Order: sequence, then C-alpha cells, then structure tokens
Amino acid sequence: MPSSLHVNPSPLFGKRDPDSRGYFGEFGGRFIPETLVAPVEALTAAYFEARRDPEFVAELEHLLATFVGRPTPLYEARNATAGTGVRLFLKREDLAHTGAHKINNAIGQALLARRMGKTRVVAETGAGQHGVATATACALLGLECIVYMGAQDMARQALNVFRMQMLGATVTSVDAGSQTLKDAINEAMRDWVANVATTSYVLGSVLGPHPYPLMVREFQSVIGAEARAQMLDAAGRLPDLVVACVGGGSNAMGIFDAFIGDPSVQLLGVEAGGRAIADGEHAARFAGGAPGVLHGTRSLLLQDTHGNVLPTHSVSAGLDYPSVGPEHAWLASIGRTRYDWIDDDAALDGFGWIARLEGILPALESSHAIAWVQRHVQTFKAGDVVLVNVSGRGDKDVDSIRARLGLAVTGTPV
Amino acid sequence: MSRLAAAFARLRDPLANNGDPGLVAYITAGDPNFDTSCEIVRAIARGGADVIEIGVPFSDPIADGPVIQRASERALAAGGSLTSALELVRRVRADIDTPIVLFTYVNPVLRMGTGAFVAAAADAGVDGALMLDLPIEESDEMHAALDRAGLDQIFLISPTTAEPRLRRAAELGRGFLYAISRLGVTGTRDAVSHTARPVVDAIRAITGLPVALGFGIGRPEHVREAYQYADAAVVGSALVQVIADSSPGQEATDAERFVGWLKGRMP
Repeated sequence: MPSSLHVNPSPLFGKRDPDSRGYFGEFGGRFIPETLVAPVEALTAAYFEARRDPEFVAELEHLLATFVGRPTPLYEARNATAGTGVRLFLKREDLAHTGAHKINNAIGQALLARRMGKTRVVAETGAGQHGVATATACALLGLECIVYMGAQDMARQALNVFRMQMLGATVTSVDAGSQTLKDAINEAMRDWVANVATTSYVLGSVLGPHPYPLMVREFQSVIGAEARAQMLDAAGRLPDLVVACVGGGSNAMGIFDAFIGDPSVQLLGVEAGGRAIADGEHAARFAGGAPGVLHGTRSLLLQDTHGNVLPTHSVSAGLDYPSVGPEHAWLASIGRTRYDWIDDDAALDGFGWIARLEGILPALESSHAIAWVQRHVQTFKAGDVVLVNVSGRGDKDVDSIRARLGLAVTGTPV
Repeated sequence: MSRLAAAFARLRDPLANNGDPGLVAYITAGDPNFDTSCEIVRAIARGGADVIEIGVPFSDPIADGPVIQRASERALAAGGSLTSALELVRRVRADIDTPIVLFTYVNPVLRMGTGAFVAAAADAGVDGALMLDLPIEESDEMHAALDRAGLDQIFLISPTTAEPRLRRAAELGRGFLYAISRLGVTGTRDAVSHTARPVVDAIRAITGLPVALGFGIGRPEHVREAYQYADAAVVGSALVQVIADSSPGQEATDAERFVGWLKGRMP
C-alpha cells in the first residue's frame, strides 16, 4: 500500500496502540507456541494494513449500519431511577443483530479473514454470543465456521448452540478441564496450530496475543463512539460514570474507549463475584488475581501458588473466565479505570429490576453492570448521570434463570 | 562441555555410538504420582534415552494433544507442580547422569520468579529448559538468567518459522534445537510428517547445533527415520500412553522396555 494512503480513515482505528511488542505498560505481549508466531505476525500485518484501507473500513461501516443495525439506541431508564434524581442511560447493544455487542468484532475479524484469503474460521464461545456472532458473520461472508464450546456451557446455553447450528456452524464440545470458556479457547488454539494455512482464529474478547487485544477493542470502540455522541445529544453533557461488565472485557473496552480522554468521566468495570470471593468460586480478577500468562497474554490471572489456573464460577457463562484483557489491567494500574464485583444473587436482582421496571431482559453478563448501579444508586448525587452498557439481551438466559429460581410455568409474574 | 553437548557429541561420534539412533524421551513429572515418576525417569535412563525431557504439569497445556493433557491432569491431581518436578530432578540426579531438560509452559515459571526458577533448576541438576509459550521475542530475561547459571535454553523451530527468527534461535539456543515435525499439537501419528525433513534441513543450513525432531513420533521406525537427518527423535505421547496403560507398579518396567524398543535394542 502506498504511504500516501497512510491516513486513519476512521477515528476508531490507530489512536492508542500498544508498543511494537503488543504491551500496554507491563501487560499484553505475545506468549504463544512457535508455530503460531508466523500466523500471528501475518495477522498483525494484515490488520494494520486493513484498518488504514478506506475500502475495508467502508465495508465494515456499511455492514454495521445495514446488517448489524447500528447505531444502537441510547435509552434513558427513568422508571428504575424514579425519585433518586439520578439519570441512568442504557447503551442498547442488546438490540444489535444476534443480540449482543459480539457481532461488531465478529464482522470485523471475518472480513479480515476473507481479506487474508482464509476459508475457515475457528472461534471459542462461553455464553454462546460470540459463537453466534461468528457463525452469523461466516454465513454472511461464505466462510466455514467451527465453534469450540465447553460442555458445561453447552448445557447452560443450549439455545445458542442450536442457533449456531442453524447458521451452518459446527459446534464442537470441549470436555477438558473445567469445560468452560478457558477450555474452549485452549481447544480453538490447538485447532489453529494444526490448520494455520487455511484458518483464522476469530477471538471474541480483548484477550490473547497481540494484536487481538488491540484489534478487538478497535472493532468494539464503535460502542463508545456512538454512546458519547448520543450522551451529548440526550443529556447535553458527558456521563459522570460509565459502567460495564468485564469478562474478557470487550464490551467494557468498547464503551470505555471513547471516554478515556475525558478526565471527568469515571470508568467502572464489574466482574463476576460468583458465589463468594474464594478460590474457584468467582471470576473477579481484580479482587483475587496476580500477574500471569494465559492464552498468549500477560495480565491479571486467577492462579494458585504454582502458577496453575484456578477454576472459576459465575452464573453468567460470559464472565466465567480466569483472566482479563491486558489493557484493563494496564488502565487499572495507572488509575484510569476501576473494578468492582457483583455476586450471582445480586446480578439476578439487577436482571429483575430492569426487566420489571423498564421492559428489558438484559443478559446475565450485563446484569452485573446493572446490578452494580442498583446497589449503589443511593450513593449517587441528584443530577448524576450514569451510562451502562447493556452488552447483550437475556433471552439466552431465561431457561437457566427459571431453573435457578425453581420456577414452574404458571403465568404469574415472578 | 555441558551434559547436553556431551550427549549429542557422543551420538555423533562413530567410535562412541554404534549406530543407535538418538532418542529424547519425554514424560510428565508426577504422572501417575511423584514416586512412580522418579522410578520411571531412572528406568528410561537405563532403557537408553540419550536425553530426558521432564514435562511440568500445567492446567492449560495449549500446545499438547489429549495424551499429554491427560497426563498433566493426572499429575496435577496427584499434587504435581513445578516445585515437585524440580524435586524429582534432584532425586534422580543422584542416580543418573543422563541430561535432563525441563519442558514447561511459562506461567508456572513466572509465578515462581525467573531468578528463583533458574537457581532451583541449576541446584536440582537440570541441564536445560524449554518454554513452550515463551517465544524468542519474550525470552531476554529468561535467556540471560539461564545463561548465567550455565543452563541451556532450548528453542523450538516449526515448519512456520521464518529464516530471520531461525537465525536468532540458532544464535541464542544452547544444547540443541527442537524441530517440530508438523503443524499441530503433540501426539503420535502413523508416519513422520513430510514437513519434518525440510525443517531439519533449514536448521542444518544455518547452524551446527544438534537437532532433535519431535511431534508425532512414536515407533522405532520413526526414530530411525528421524535419525537419518536429525541427531535424535523426541518421543513423548507414545511413552506417556505406555505409562498410562501400565498396571500399577509396572510403569517403570514398561517404560524401560518401550524406550529400549524405540532405540532398537529389543525385538
């Protein structure tokens, strides 16, 4: 590509890159088996070329508008905050095609895979939303799609398994280890190592070796770019606080990104507190993690004293992961973002709060962010403006919530 | 001369080696338990392994196929760790002189601390270390620490490794280079991959370091085939499977016999 075209065609791309080795401060990097070094370098080169190619960006933006349904709305939840004086705005990623923010990244990476001449895509999925989004993008772009999913997650997200299959994807059950997202990533990486010539790995969060944390954040940063403009339009000012749930952390990086340069805006990530903050019972890396390497990146990691990765638990499959995106770890280390956790029961309360008062069934992942606001609404000042990213919709969770609450189908409100 | 250098020099010396193919034998430390694992290491040294690779059990072995994954799970369930793998080396080092390479994912090493790990490894009698997910670009601190302690860092070379990185690995690598015969994870295959020889040839064109060829090698004919162009073959999953299939108490005997069979010493 001629250097005269070396202009960022979109404000989303190239504005805050890690160093040349993929580090955000002391976090990130590339800790991968030798066979993956060349494909990851090729992916990096292809991504850096694509993001400054106006044609690539135009095709992505066209699909985001006409296929995904962007921009997603910003909605003010007045009922839930009645009497508090707090203004709560919800960024409605649940209304994006396939029902979550994951599609923003899946479309971007699938376009890149096609551009690189790959014919086959592998992906991991936890809650199933990234798997559904990748299956959707592959159906659209004519790519073969294999999704790895932990056996335990397949059981609790059966609806999404069927959706992927109907979209033409092969869903492969992973029976190793904890049978959740971490093990699905292990298996997707093993597949990729064996099939690097034909295959792209479409990773679903701001994790993994460089360039994934950067690339996934940039594909997701459309969330924050829209939300920031929508806030100025709807409230006439920036929010005081932006809240998002953090599993790997892609929806959070996506919405935080636009506000990082706004010092008046606090950024809060909400992790899964699970049953308790004790080994194996939660997925709150900022509460119980230490620096470590998993899946190609150095970040905060829930691990034992010997460096083995601890099992995790969350009611929400999408937050059930022992590490977190390296850029989150870095932003926390410099004090720009902070993190708190919400346990399983509180997340369900948050789900019910927004369902009953606002007519929205949020995903259990997003319910953690909502629940944090519910728990803290009394501590805000009148006139405070809070923005929450509703990263996905809760249809996929309805069965597991019903089972958890022990409800029969009776027709009575719960 | 380091133990590894001496072992490969002996393999290349027609007066010292009467045509036996070179063999690097891998086992997972602590599989099925610590004491048996010590016996197995002594047994495969007796069986004729030229180099022994001790795998450190890890919760997320992304470069390994199912056989070594299961071994890792068994070892972890029996209390295995990097600490106990080092203790295993210390125990067997009193009895055997075969060079020992630690084969590990990087996180247990980082958790222990690079300095502490290198000191403990040198003290235990480890000769070299290979970190599967620590590519050259991330190796500066580790390499310097190993070098200072006189330990060899072994780098992997894959069919996908480009020449500039191969040159860098040849420059920094000590003991031997580990050639990955094919794309994919560890695990036994029916034949040596057609991608194996080009990888070894590419290494030979650049360096005189010994080359051990691994991934997918599990039979004596594979070992002999590899020895036609590499200094040694690495056998991991096939040996680990023999141990997994052994009756309790028979693991060391079976492992010794299997290693002898791979070396071509028994029918």
